Amino acid sequence: MENIKFVIEKSARIDRLVDDLYAKMPEIESSRAKLVTESYKSTEELPIIKRRSAAFAHILENLPIVIRDGELIVGSPTVAPRGCQTFPEYSYEWLLDELDTVETREADPFYISESAKADLRSIAPYWKGRTTSDLARALMAPEAYAAFVEHGMFTPGNYFYNGIGHVNVDYAKVLAKGYRGIIAEAQKALDAVEVYDPDYTQRVNFLEAVIESCEAVIGYAHRYAALAKEKARNEKNTERRAELERIARNCSRVPEFGATDFWEACQSFWFVQFLLQVESSGHSISPGRFDQYMYPYYKKDIDAGKLTLEAAQELIDCIWVKLNDINKVRDAASADGFAGYGMFQNLIVGGQDIHGIDATNDLSYMCLEAAMHVPLPQPSISIRVWNGTPDSLMIKAAALTRLGTGLPAYYNDEVMIPSIMARGLTLEDARDYCIIGCVEPQKGGKTDGWHDAAFFNMCRPMELVFSNGYDKGKKIGPDTGDVCEMKTFEEFFEAYKTQQSYMIKLLVNANNAIDAAHATRCPLPFESCMVDDCIGRGKSLQEGGAIYNFTGPQGFGIANNTDGLIAVRKLVFEDKKITMRELKDAINHNFGYGISGKMAATVTAEVARSVAEGGVSLNEKIIEEIYREVTTAASLDPNKKARYREIKRMIDEECPKYGNDIFSVDMFAREVANTYTKEVEKYKNYRGGIFQAGLYPVSANVPLGAQTGATPDGRLAYTPIADGIGPASGRDVKGPTATANSVAKLEQGIASNGTLLNQKFHPSALAGMEGLMKFSSLIRSYFDQKGMHMQFNVVTRETLLDAQKNPEKYKTLVVRVAGYSALFTTLSRSLQDDIINRTEQGW
Amino acid sequence: MSIYDSRGRIFNIQRFSIHDGPGIRTIVFLKGCFLRCAWCCNPESQEYDIQTMTEGGKIKTVGRDVTVSELMDEILADMPYYRRSGGGVTLSGGEMLAQHKFARDLLRACKEAGLHTAVESTAYAPFDKIEELLPYIDLYLMDIKHMDSKKHKEYTGVPNHLILENARKIAESGAKLVIRTPVIPGFNDKREDIKAISDFAKTLPGVSEHHLLPYHRLGQDKYAGLGRVYAMQGIEPPSHEKMEYLLSVAQESGLRCQIGG
Repeated sequence: MENIKFVIEKSARIDRLVDDLYAKMPEIESSRAKLVTESYKSTEELPIIKRRSAAFAHILENLPIVIRDGELIVGSPTVAPRGCQTFPEYSYEWLLDELDTVETREADPFYISESAKADLRSIAPYWKGRTTSDLARALMAPEAYAAFVEHGMFTPGNYFYNGIGHVNVDYAKVLAKGYRGIIAEAQKALDAVEVYDPDYTQRVNFLEAVIESCEAVIGYAHRYAALAKEKARNEKNTERRAELERIARNCSRVPEFGATDFWEACQSFWFVQFLLQVESSGHSISPGRFDQYMYPYYKKDIDAGKLTLEAAQELIDCIWVKLNDINKVRDAASADGFAGYGMFQNLIVGGQDIHGIDATNDLSYMCLEAAMHVPLPQPSISIRVWNGTPDSLMIKAAALTRLGTGLPAYYNDEVMIPSIMARGLTLEDARDYCIIGCVEPQKGGKTDGWHDAAFFNMCRPMELVFSNGYDKGKKIGPDTGDVCEMKTFEEFFEAYKTQQSYMIKLLVNANNAIDAAHATRCPLPFESCMVDDCIGRGKSLQEGGAIYNFTGPQGFGIANNTDGLIAVRKLVFEDKKITMRELKDAINHNFGYGISGKMAATVTAEVARSVAEGGVSLNEKIIEEIYREVTTAASLDPNKKARYREIKRMIDEECPKYGNDIFSVDMFAREVANTYTKEVEKYKNYRGGIFQAGLYPVSANVPLGAQTGATPDGRLAYTPIADGIGPASGRDVKGPTATANSVAKLEQGIASNGTLLNQKFHPSALAGMEGLMKFSSLIRSYFDQKGMHMQFNVVTRETLLDAQKNPEKYKTLVVRVAGYSALFTTLSRSLQDDIINRTEQGW
Repeated sequence: MSIYDSRGRIFNIQRFSIHDGPGIRTIVFLKGCFLRCAWCCNPESQEYDIQTMTEGGKIKTVGRDVTVSELMDEILADMPYYRRSGGGVTLSGGEMLAQHKFARDLLRACKEAGLHTAVESTAYAPFDKIEELLPYIDLYLMDIKHMDSKKHKEYTGVPNHLILENARKIAESGAKLVIRTPVIPGFNDKREDIKAISDFAKTLPGVSEHHLLPYHRLGQDKYAGLGRVYAMQGIEPPSHEKMEYLLSVAQESGLRCQIGG
């Protein structure tokens, strides 16, 4: 018998809302892009912060609004369900190029009407040279730009092309006093400005922009109130008419004023949540500790007998549906990296309060229940775990994990709190952390974390060791000498660190250039009014208004580099079974194996192009020959081929691997991880804060792996890099406890921008109450050893294979990708394969 | 010689085992068995000798000799999991009684480390050997496969008298004993087969549980890998309905019964 708390019946309304939401392919709408362009054209004489608020106001006055059938919580940035707006002020050229292919691309396709295409084409000329992306490019050091764009050593592309997002604003403040209250706060600050203040101009313009933005939001909510009233008048069904009348009352009260009950609080929350995503295209707008700031409104209504558990659950479920009504179109390459229409709105339950007392309440359970009622990718739901976390909440969370949507992700307070305190947070602020986006901790309402600053592929500096700093025929890294002449392992390892440290410097340059571009061209007055201490300092978040400022680029490839370095040490330097030259040749020849899959075509095309450039006229036969050579390495000397394959066999079978609870190997992995984390934390960012490393790839380990040649750990060219801080795919053979023990050896606290460990389970591991309890013990045991984060895929291999074959049957199959959950069938084939091949933890 | 130097032969260690005793456990599989059950899912466990077996096209050595000290290193690696879950170590096989001195030393070392210990055993050995181990065993998971000795011999190679006798002696010693029955189609899947075992278990002092383990075919390919013929070829695992029915039969005894370990 399973005794799970807060099992509440799902209202029939919820499935109808979900069905309507997923009836059609998501659509790109052009209204916001047109409005922002109109506004910008008429405000060229104003300071940028005022242009931003004027544009935001113009958008909110004119954006089409819609109340969908059956909704209790209203407000959508687009008329089409799951639609998206575009944000030409950040970048637009990629979208122009993809307008005709975005509907048919593999990852995250969007429908776009011919008229919307025409709109987007017509506004494009205005934005030439005016975007954040244009400015960032101009501000970047040329070598940093080349390392990023031409050589793909790291990819800060997300913020190069889009807004920043990655924030948890002070929802509690809006719930309590409304935007009217924030306007009063800004007005007070404005009244205190003296004409002789050195930053008079900045302060006044910023505060006026805040007021204009808040007024715009109030006006926008009133448009919804009017629409609801009108719909109510025409509604025949009395029950629905009453709902619409209530919605009208809600929207005329919130978010202008403080919420007086739970329903109003839910509506107010939602306006904040989606309007942040109208102001900017930044994703990972994270609701954070929803169970904490919503609780007073829930408690008051429950105590007064005004609200039933079922009605409260229905409202929460409605918010869950709405969180999936928000969407974002990315360029095709980024869509591969963030596959699954990810919005990364992270919502976290449980954990400690600012006094260090357990903060679990009814809503903590009901949020987990909502995730069971609405098994969709949004929100990314997380749970904070510490010694004081009730077992009943762990059991509830485990029951959710068992559903197989990859939710929730588990975080360890006992590591997170000291980790972020070491970055300068006060104890109280650290105890109040939430998670942003995938896995990044932040004190909400006080932080501009820039958490997803870049992907740093740690396998690329390793390639540079073998090429002595050359990539694609150009010298881009420092001179570390001919690898074949290296006499000791230490020399080899040192060369790796030298290459990597240099690339990190370029990464810092690229990030700071992008940071400056956002401050100069896209400060965000609306977002800023809900983060301390922007109003007090009189400047936006982008200009350094937050109390805590970070930049968090995330590295990945620890497992590959650990295994590779160990193989080099053992086979080349200790056992002397192979020479460095042989290893280099083997790697350059992909260990004697051909290249398969999609990459074969890409490589064939590249080779064909260079052949053509050499003056050979291409015909079908030549291309066929190249293709055969690429896929089979047929022309390679058979003796060499055999030797290369033997080298791979030695690496695979004779060298110990990370992830199997081997102390010396795991401690070396720690050292490898620290080559990245300890280097990154040396640097300062544009907003007066510091860099802090993360260790997680989102899902970029697949597309960026596809740009990486063979590596000394025996990984074949263009195949995925290891996921997160976990072992390389298939190399952990001792089960989940051994894997977790290995990973726990890394110094995780220093990766204060977050770490990620995926584990995959068969549902039978969580069968019955006993299964749930054992599963929760597994998590607690990993956390006892100072693991920071853990998440799970619970789905059978057969199910995934069948979903590949019959995607139409699995339209809503959600899997954990890497830091977020996505619809399986929308992922690219290679990412699907990677998920299937991850070691299935059996027993 | 210290118990930690005691040497024995194992063929597998399985960490994160959650279906063989309380909590999260590590199972140590000892090599060598007195029985030859036709359905055995670990045929590589039966011979004491080190063997080679083909698995997934690769030749693999089955069996290695280890000391208690070496084993404890691996067992203790999962201490955090035992502590949180109330788990521990399970000795399985083969039959741990086939290496009873090694088993005794290993169990004693586990107790010295504060671990919960369980054994999966046929109890087919002279009782004095079992008695020597009992002080170090927290949970004795014992198979009773059939009450009819002739049928027992036909399917397992040995009669059941010693097994039934030892069951009673173990129970009388005060050890925590759980009776388990693998449900094998065509062998013991009839009402009267299960009823007879449950009724017998009910007469054992202190025994309160009877577990029914449905037959599965996961060991089938290993027979070919060992160059042997699988005697159960074509036998389907019992249906869910069948298991539920047999569970209700077992429950008539008044014991706490469940499907699976």
